[in-house]
Amino acid sequence: MRPPAAPHVQTHVLTVRIAHWLMALSILIMIGSGWRIYDASPIFGFRFPVWATLGGDVETALAVHNDPGVATAIAWHFAAMWLLLLGYLVFVGWGLISGHFRRDFLPVGPKSFLRDFIAAARFRLEHRLGEYNDVQRVFYWGVLGLVALMLLSGIAIWKPVQTYPLELLFFGFQGARVVHFIGMSLIVAFLIVHVTLVLLVPRTFIAMVIGRAEEPMPQPQPEQVS
Amino acid sequence: MTLERRHLLRGGTSLSSLTLLTGCDLSDSNVVQRVLAGFSRWNDRVQAALFSDSRLAPTFPDAMAVRDFRYNAWYGPDRAPDLKPDDYRLMLSGLIADKRPWTVEQLYALPQVSQVTRHVCVEGWSMIGKWTGAPLKTFLERVGADTTAKYVGFECADGYYEGMDMPTALHPQTIMAFYLSDELLPRKYGYPFKIRVPTKLGFKNPKFVTTIYVTNIRPRGFWTDRGYNWFSGI
Repeated sequence: MRPPAAPHVQTHVLTVRIAHWLMALSILIMIGSGWRIYDASPIFGFRFPVWATLGGDVETALAVHNDPGVATAIAWHFAAMWLLLLGYLVFVGWGLISGHFRRDFLPVGPKSFLRDFIAAARFRLEHRLGEYNDVQRVFYWGVLGLVALMLLSGIAIWKPVQTYPLELLFFGFQGARVVHFIGMSLIVAFLIVHVTLVLLVPRTFIAMVIGRAEEPMPQPQPEQVS
Repeated sequence: MTLERRHLLRGGTSLSSLTLLTGCDLSDSNVVQRVLAGFSRWNDRVQAALFSDSRLAPTFPDAMAVRDFRYNAWYGPDRAPDLKPDDYRLMLSGLIADKRPWTVEQLYALPQVSQVTRHVCVEGWSMIGKWTGAPLKTFLERVGADTTAKYVGFECADGYYEGMDMPTALHPQTIMAFYLSDELLPRKYGYPFKIRVPTKLGFKNPKFVTTIYVTNIRPRGFWTDRGYNWFSGI
């Protein structure tokens, strides 16, 4: 009698799950409201369609307030920023202190990243619950860095006088708006890949909700039973 | 603070109202609005704590000041109040010892300073301009205002109204601007003066000011009443 091979298990402690969903919710709010705020004074030659933005019904807001919901969008944005900051600090703080980052997100090397990236691009990269390949590791470091960039550029836009010369990091106030926009775009790209991969491996979603998921035990094949 | 775009937006709202027919809009529910208002009050407190009465807004070389400053109001420049220096009087009320009205001539005789600072609109655009006028602090001291009070409020000839915290009102860069780009403040920009406060968003810079009052009750603001954050410091 051979003991069955240990299944691949994915676990997330409660702290990580709360921080993850806090960030997920606040990032969605910040994207939707950010698009409405962007529309009030577009940086580039386009506006986001109103239905994709957060800030309430434009016609109601115009009728009641003479404002197309920009005020509400700003209220959403500056409320959700506190939730994002809280979620981010908890997530990064716990990741550093518990060793989660060191254990699961390191090491990352250009060679192994390239190997995993090519495999992933050919749909030949196997996903093992509880293990992070180099593409995942780079993506998670990347998005954590992007959120930090969004917090910094956001502060430069929110308080350009009180935090001056912070904006000079971003080539001035208007530069900070551009950096904030680019960071948003990259986070949206991350979210599309992230959610797509979760849909492909739904157990990762279960793990992030209830804290634990494991690969199903391999079913014995009929010919092996004999 | 301008809102020309808001009128343009009206044309595009039929599409959005169609898409919104599919469900009630979260943002407009009373509970959500109350929660957002709660966060906004929290943000007022954070901003008041962040505000430094000695930190100056960045200033720029004269050459960077825009000559043709952006006009910004919810009405066209032809409908801007046309205040005549002979009739105009600045009225004072509230916690002020000497409430005698001021004429334009008296106001313009106050000691003045110039600043090349950046106007930042809540919508995201910004513009550098040169303003010249009397520090509001100087004026408040001349009229014997109670500067231990919490707020200073403004009423304007175009129906606008605003207010700010006393620390900001006493900030050295908060001025009653009589000149823009070294020229007498043109009618459409708020003659005889606008409050220029570079540590706050553009809509906290009222034009055509006709009344200044000092109070401990937080003054309402035109755009604040329309959902914008009250402190709106930058």
